[in-house]
Amino acid sequence: MGNLIEGRTGDWEVVIGLEIHAQIVSNAKLFSGASAEFGAAPNTHVSLVDAALPGMLPVINDVCVEQAVRAGLALNAKINHRSVFARKNYFYPDLPQGYQISQFELPVVGEGVVEIDLPGNETSKIGIERLHMEQDAGKSLHDQHPSKSYIDLNRSGVALMEIVSKPDMRYAEEAAAYVSKVRSILRYVGSCDGNMQEGSLRVDANVSVRHLGEPLGTRCEIKNINSLRFLRQAIDYEARRQVELIEDGGEVAMETRLFDSSEGTTRTMRSKEEAHDYRYFPDPDLLPVEFTEEYVAKLKGTLPELPDAKKARFMADYGLSPYDAGVLVAERETAGYFETVAQGRDAKQAANWVVSELFGRLNKSSIELSQSPVSAGALGGLIDLMSDNTISGRIAKDVFDEMFETGKAAAEIVEEKGLQQVTDSGAIEGVVDQIIAGNSGQVENYRAGNEKVIGWFVGQVMKATGGKANPQMVNQVLREKLKA
Amino acid sequence: MANLIGLTIEHARAGLIKGDFTASELAIAHISAMEEARSLNCWITETPELALEQAAQSDERRKNGEVGAMEGIPIGIKDLFCTDGVLTTAGSHILDGFKPPYESTVTANLLHAGAVSLGKLNMDEFAMGSSNMTSYYGPVENPWKRRDDPEIKLVPGGSSGGSAAAVAARAVIAATGTDTGGSIRQPASLTGIVGLKPTYGRCSRWGIVAFASSLDQAGPLTRTVKDAAIMLGAMAGYDAKDSTCVDRPVPDYAAALTGDIRGLRVGVPDEYRVEGMPAEIEALWRQGIDWLKAAGAAIVDISLPHTKYALPTYYIVAPAEASSNLARYDGVRYGLRVDGETIQKMYENTRGEGFGAEVKRRILIGTYVLSAGYYDAYYLQAQRVRTRIAKDFRAAWGKVDVVLTPTAPNAAFAQGENMDDPIAMYLNDVFTVPASLAGLPAISVPAGLSSDGLPLGLQLIGRVFDEETVLRAAHVLESAAEFNAVPQFVVG
Repeated sequence: MGNLIEGRTGDWEVVIGLEIHAQIVSNAKLFSGASAEFGAAPNTHVSLVDAALPGMLPVINDVCVEQAVRAGLALNAKINHRSVFARKNYFYPDLPQGYQISQFELPVVGEGVVEIDLPGNETSKIGIERLHMEQDAGKSLHDQHPSKSYIDLNRSGVALMEIVSKPDMRYAEEAAAYVSKVRSILRYVGSCDGNMQEGSLRVDANVSVRHLGEPLGTRCEIKNINSLRFLRQAIDYEARRQVELIEDGGEVAMETRLFDSSEGTTRTMRSKEEAHDYRYFPDPDLLPVEFTEEYVAKLKGTLPELPDAKKARFMADYGLSPYDAGVLVAERETAGYFETVAQGRDAKQAANWVVSELFGRLNKSSIELSQSPVSAGALGGLIDLMSDNTISGRIAKDVFDEMFETGKAAAEIVEEKGLQQVTDSGAIEGVVDQIIAGNSGQVENYRAGNEKVIGWFVGQVMKATGGKANPQMVNQVLREKLKA
Repeated sequence: MANLIGLTIEHARAGLIKGDFTASELAIAHISAMEEARSLNCWITETPELALEQAAQSDERRKNGEVGAMEGIPIGIKDLFCTDGVLTTAGSHILDGFKPPYESTVTANLLHAGAVSLGKLNMDEFAMGSSNMTSYYGPVENPWKRRDDPEIKLVPGGSSGGSAAAVAARAVIAATGTDTGGSIRQPASLTGIVGLKPTYGRCSRWGIVAFASSLDQAGPLTRTVKDAAIMLGAMAGYDAKDSTCVDRPVPDYAAALTGDIRGLRVGVPDEYRVEGMPAEIEALWRQGIDWLKAAGAAIVDISLPHTKYALPTYYIVAPAEASSNLARYDGVRYGLRVDGETIQKMYENTRGEGFGAEVKRRILIGTYVLSAGYYDAYYLQAQRVRTRIAKDFRAAWGKVDVVLTPTAPNAAFAQGENMDDPIAMYLNDVFTVPASLAGLPAISVPAGLSSDGLPLGLQLIGRVFDEETVLRAAHVLESAAEFNAVPQFVVG
């Protein structure tokens, strides 16, 4: 096991449980009609309810419940037909009510399981403890004024799903893979856009360490991690900190810690003594959320094919490797793109082009697939030109570059530039004859047994034909002529 | 022109319809009445200009043939209801200067029905109290006096004390109140008027400053049962903005007052004979039973075994919810802010200065009962008992149609009395709290006078959403009692 931390007192196992806060995709907030859109001018998406004016009451947004149930179904989790909103009480200026409406004892979704892919074609199953709905808080801005803090309530009341895992992860990479997978699933069902930069998916990590076989150690919770890289850094740092602390004779204190992304470290935010007593109790302003099995069944019917099923199908139907299939299904759009390209074509070739060429170019240019200048249909057209020997694979790469730059169709580029492959054997023989005639030294070399020289000859012919000669034919003709 | 003061909703409506007077004339008369009754300290905010404007609009509507159920009727609004552009204080310092940019659903319904609002009525701070002594705006004086001791200022009860005193003194024809554990019924009893707490979910809570969300319910304070029926009809109705508001039609409550209760089964719960209850209240209760019996009702002895736990249950549930509901008054967005060096200090200063002693006491109790380690023993246990109390009533409805009890264990007491003894003060709610915990409709009807000459009320409790039977029985009780005593202080 390479995932253990080597300490002076032996190997340490890291135990990780994650809480993912995923913003629910909906037009309106969880309990008010205000817009949930990101990026508006401060305090422009705030209803009287969001600002907690006296006498204002929350009313549940049914769309958010549907989204949470769909997410729960996609996470293979138990759906609770009756769940209860509870108040989590604490004071903070960006929490206007003085409490967050969340779910405590009876969440909308119970236990589930997520299967994740790990390096070396390994998989592992991570348990989901629960998924509950809750309101987001507003935002405190401390850098706008030398002595005052500003509050933006646009985010106040926006619907979140908190997805709590079991402490099933054992190293940072596994935790990152889990978050990626959950993010992928949520994006598939459209319950969360998964945008970590905008904060629509944030992670709290519970980390503890123990010697193998020992009971769980004391955990620390690291709050508000907003990228996978930070998640890995935070876990690695925190695990090592705890190991060093224990081995130096100290004790890990149960506390809430903050990740400092500039330093790559974690530091105390709140100790156990300062921990809030949230005084949860059922919110008397809201009725329990109750729904029928028919309701759940109907929502189940709206789920798309999910990543695991799609991956299995790609491997079975298209003969893809687990790696390619995994890469292609990570995003629903990518999978769809691939399937369009693969339609009626060599699927492995299609996968290669999508995974290596297209993704390579997109990454290099920092372009999202949805913005790709080369559509799936256009890429298919390019592959078709290779299949019918109109162009060679080498030319195809140039054509692809051109397509990426200009957005033109492959056939158009080939036509314009006259890149059609030369397959006329007479024409190729003519060129070969010329090259042989002009390079007697190399010919003798070849005939003396240095067959590697053939490569040089091929290069010369390709150069003379502008790369358009069919490489197999060039090879064949050269070998015949050089033999004589 | 007839004397426009002292009319009921019923009679004022008749006069307006006949054209004896206009809504504007009625409003002007009541603006004077409001000024005349200022010594009672009923009002926190008077809105005479607004009243005149609304009255003029009402007269205009009447000309056009648009006549609502409360058309042209001058009323007062308990200052717990948010009113658009009008100072709303909940009787608290912490809401200093707060003018809501919205109108509560209940007051909007009343305005829509044609009511004319004279202003905002005094109340116990955040509706926490049974005496109106806890208002930041000072105590309200009961217009009634002890026969032998007219110098002593008495409380009107609470928390809707301003509403009750204003109605009793004829300064308004009717007023809105809210009832969490008895805040409509107990002051109605102490001031000799009618107070109705509807079924939980009958009236929208939207725009009413929350005290205890699972208990708060708006209702009318009027001088007759008929008026209560008319006004409730105008207040009630479904509101999608309140998730606990129930979507069911609003019946014509006044039509339920047939005067006929023959065969009605009236339950008399043994458990309401509490220790130390004055004999005259016991006697009045007996009298009420006899009146209803004489009118043809069947009297049935019943048991509501968990009654004795109602008060302690209430004083856990209500403060628990209040401690959370009042967290929003933090000085950040509206109302009072007392600055401090840190945000923590600002909270402490604002809430320390902004809340009065009783509110602080309940926030502390509520915070305590919800705390880790105490939650199960207090809050959860209280919820279990609450379920039992509701069950007691459900069992009773198999045998009876309404339950008759006294409204309060005593008549009006002196201002300042009981102030150092919160438990004695809380005992005022002993008969009203069970119906609140069970979410049932209940009414207090003035039924007689104490030996001191102070009014005493009887309470009728009914099935969920059966306000009609409650009102019908109350109407009969009212007729039998012929309560026509008038307080020492009356306008006009």
